[in-house]
Amino acid sequence: MAEAAVAGVALRTAGLRRLFGGLAAVNGVSLECRVGHLHAVIGPNGAGKTTLINLLSGDLLPSAGCISIGGREVTGLAAHRISQLGVGRSYQRTNVFMGFSVFENCRLAAQSRLPSSMRFVRPAAGYRAVNQAAEQAVEFVGLNVRSKVRASELSHGERRQLEVAMTLATAPTVLLLDEPLAGMGAEEAARMVELLRKLVPDHAILLVEHDMDAVFALAATLTVMVNGSVLASGAPAEIRANPQVQEAYLGGADE
Amino acid sequence: MDRQPRSLKFVLLAALAALAAFPLIGDKFYLQLVTKILIMAMFAMSLDLLVGYTGLVSLGHALPFGLGAYALMLLTPESQAAGFWMSLGASLAVAGIASLLIGFLVLRTSGIYFIMVTLAFGQMAYYYVHDSRYLGGSDGKYIYLRPVLEIFGWQPFDLENHAHFYYFALALTVFVYATLRVLLASPFGRVIGGIKENEHRMRVLGFATFRYKLVCFVLAGMLAGLAGWLAAAHDGLVNPEMLSWHQSGQLLMMVILGGMGTPSGPLLGAAALKLLELGFQGWTKHWQLLLGLFIVLSVLFIPRGLAQIFDWRRRG
Amino acid sequence: MDPVIFLIQVLNGVQYGLLLFLVASGLTLIFGIMGIINLAHGSFYMIGAYLAFSLTRQIGDFWLALAAGVVIAMLLGIALEWLVMRFLYERDHLYQVLLTYGLILVFEELRSLVWGDDVHGVQVPPALDFSIPLTDTLSYQVYRLAMSAICLAIAFGMYWLIQRTRLGMMIRAGSVNRDMAQSLGINIGLLYRLVFALGFALAALAGMLAAPISSVYPGMGNQVLIISFVVVVIGGIGSVKGALIAALAIGLADTFGKVLLPQIAGMVTYLLMAAVLLWRPRGIFGRA
Repeated sequence: MAEAAVAGVALRTAGLRRLFGGLAAVNGVSLECRVGHLHAVIGPNGAGKTTLINLLSGDLLPSAGCISIGGREVTGLAAHRISQLGVGRSYQRTNVFMGFSVFENCRLAAQSRLPSSMRFVRPAAGYRAVNQAAEQAVEFVGLNVRSKVRASELSHGERRQLEVAMTLATAPTVLLLDEPLAGMGAEEAARMVELLRKLVPDHAILLVEHDMDAVFALAATLTVMVNGSVLASGAPAEIRANPQVQEAYLGGADE
Repeated sequence: MDRQPRSLKFVLLAALAALAAFPLIGDKFYLQLVTKILIMAMFAMSLDLLVGYTGLVSLGHALPFGLGAYALMLLTPESQAAGFWMSLGASLAVAGIASLLIGFLVLRTSGIYFIMVTLAFGQMAYYYVHDSRYLGGSDGKYIYLRPVLEIFGWQPFDLENHAHFYYFALALTVFVYATLRVLLASPFGRVIGGIKENEHRMRVLGFATFRYKLVCFVLAGMLAGLAGWLAAAHDGLVNPEMLSWHQSGQLLMMVILGGMGTPSGPLLGAAALKLLELGFQGWTKHWQLLLGLFIVLSVLFIPRGLAQIFDWRRRG
Repeated sequence: MDPVIFLIQVLNGVQYGLLLFLVASGLTLIFGIMGIINLAHGSFYMIGAYLAFSLTRQIGDFWLALAAGVVIAMLLGIALEWLVMRFLYERDHLYQVLLTYGLILVFEELRSLVWGDDVHGVQVPPALDFSIPLTDTLSYQVYRLAMSAICLAIAFGMYWLIQRTRLGMMIRAGSVNRDMAQSLGINIGLLYRLVFALGFALAALAGMLAAPISSVYPGMGNQVLIISFVVVVIGGIGSVKGALIAALAIGLADTFGKVLLPQIAGMVTYLLMAAVLLWRPRGIFGRA
C-alpha cells in the first residue's frame, strides 16, 4: 500500500458529489494527487472548495462518487479512520486546541499515531517518540521559540503555522490544506510558501488557496472549480491561458 | 497537563495529616460527618472526571451511585453482613455495566441533549426503584450490618467501628484521588482532555473519540458505584432518593462550586456544600431557600468556583 | 379492547399530550431562541397551579382567574428574566443548569412560605362540570375536552405567531443569528424578555388548566419537568412542531402503557426516548 502511494496516486476521487437539500455544493469532481506534485484547487468563493476538502477528509459524507487513498477505497469512512490512513488536514478557520500550548497541541496530534491511546498508567509526557515527533513538527514550521505559549495567545499567523504543524505531527502522506495563507501578511505568507515547498517532495498535497502567487509558485497541477464543478484542470501555464478560466476567475480581482 | 503548584501540594498534605489525626480529637458525630463528606468527595471526583475533564455534563450521575448502594443492600442478608469483596465487586460491576449500556446510547448525543438525556435515564431508574416493592419502594431498605472483611479468619478492620470506617473511607478517597491523577496524566487522560477542548479536531487527528468517551463514562460510573457502596454501608439505609435528580443536581453543584477540572475542586465543593447545608439547616426549616439563593448568587459571582481562590491554572 | 374504552384512552392520551405540549413548547422556545436550558420550568407549572388555587378563591370565576393568572405569570417571567436569566445568555450550559437548579429550590421554598405544604384542590368551572355519556356505564368529562381544545387553540396561536407575524419573524431571526438580528435593528434584549415571559406563561397556564384535575401539591412541577425534557429531546430542541408531535406521542404512549403494560408503565416514555435517540441523536426535527 505504501509503494502504491509513493509510486502512483496517493489520493484519487471520481465523480464526487455532495448535495445540501437541492443544491449541489460539489458536483461531479474528479481529481488525483501524487506524492511530489502539489495539486492546487482554486475558484471563486462558494465554488465548493472547502466542501471538497471536507468530503476528502471525512468531515462530510459524499452523496455520490468515490474516494480512494493509496489505492484503497475509503468512501464513507469516518474522519478518524481516514486520518489513520495517512491523511492530514488543516483548516481554513483555525481549529486548534486554544487552551493548550503549541507543544501540547502537536504532542496530542503525534499521540494519535500510537497504536492505541487506551493507556492508563504511564504518563503521556514519557512517550519519547511522541515527544520527538511533536518537537520536529514545531521546529519545521518555525515555532520553537513559541513552543510553550498557549495557542490562544498566538498571533493569527502563528496559529496558521500551528495548524500546519499539527497536521504534520501525524506524519501523513496526503496533506489537505485549506487556505493555509488566509489572513497572512506578505512576509508571513512568503515563509509559509517556503515551508510548503519543503513539504512537496515527500507528500501528496492538495492545496486550496486564493493567493495566486503562492499557487503558481508551488502547483504542478491546477484545478479550477466554479459552482461545484470543475471548469478546467491541467498544468499552470495551460490554465492561465485558458480563456474560460480567465473570464470566470483569473481576470477578476484576487480575493 | 494540570500542573500542581507546590502550594497546592503542601495544602493537600497538610489537610491529609489533619484528617488522619482527626479521630483522635473528634467525637462520633463529627467523625461521621467527615466520613460523609469524604464519600461525597469521592462521588464528586467521579463526576468531575466527566464534567471537568471530558466536558460531559451528566445530570444522571446519581444512577450508578444508587445502583452501587442498592447492590450492597441486595447482597446483605437480613441479619448478616455481606461479604466485603463480593459486594464491592458487585457494586462496581452493576454500576459499570449500567454505565456501559446507557453510555452507548447517550454518548451519541452532545451538549444540551446529553444533559437532558442523562437526566431522563436517571429518573427512569429512580421511578423503577421507587415503584418496586422488592426493592423497598419509596421507603427503601435498611442494611443492618456493614460488610465484613475476613482474610483466613482474621479481620484487619471492623467497619462497625466508626473510627475504622473513617480511616477506611479516607484511604479510599486518597486512593481514588491518586488514581485519577495518574489516569489524567496518561495518554488516555490527554485524549479526554483534548475531547473537552475540541472534540471535532480530535476526530480529524485520528482519535476514535466515541470509544474514549465511553470508557470514561464507565470509569466514572464505577467510581460512583464505589461511592454508593460506601454510602450505603455508612448510612445503613438505601432509598430511591439516592438515584434522584436532586442527588445528581447537588453533586453537580459540588463539582462546580469547588471548581471543576481542578484536583481539589471536588473535595472543596463536597466539604463546602455539606457544611453549608448543615449550617443552613440549623437556622431555619426553609434552609433550601438559603441554599438555592447561595447557588444562584455563586453562579452569578464566583463562576470558576472556590478553587479560584487558590488560583491555580488548569492546563499548562 | 372495547372501542369505547379505546376512545377514552385516546382522548386521555391526547389531553395529557397537549398539556405536555404547553409546557414543553415554552421550554423548547427558551432554549431554541435564547440558548438557555431552564430546569426551573417545572416550577413555573407549579406556580401556575397555585395561582389558580388562590385566584379562584379570591375572584370566584375560574376563567377570570385564568386570565389574571396568565397576566401575573407574564409579569413574573419578565421580572425573573430581568433579575437573573439575562446573565445566563452566552454562558456555558453547565452554569445555566446549576443556576436554574438553585431556582427550583428557591421557588419550592417560596411556595412553602406563601401557600404552605398542604394539598389543595381547585373546582372545575361549573359550566363545564359535567360529563358526556358514551355508553350506559362510561362517560367523559367535558372539562377535559375543553382543556384539549384550549391547548389546541394555543398551538394554532403559536403557529400563527411564529410563522405569520413580525414578532414571530424576529423570534426566528433571533434564534438563527443573534448578532445579525441585532444589527438589523431588532431589540434582542426586549425580544428575549418577551420570549421568556411567554415561556413562563405557557407553563403556568398548563398548571392552571391541570389544577382542577390533578390537584395542587408540593413538588408537582418535578415530574412534568422531566417529561417535558423528554418531549423536547425527542422533538428536537427549538422545534415547536417537534414538541407537539413528541408530546402527543408520549401522551398516548404513557396512557396506553399504563393500561396495557402496568408493570413498566413508568418506563415507557424513557424507552421511547431511547429508541428515538438511536434513530436520530438530535431529535426528530432537531437542527444539526
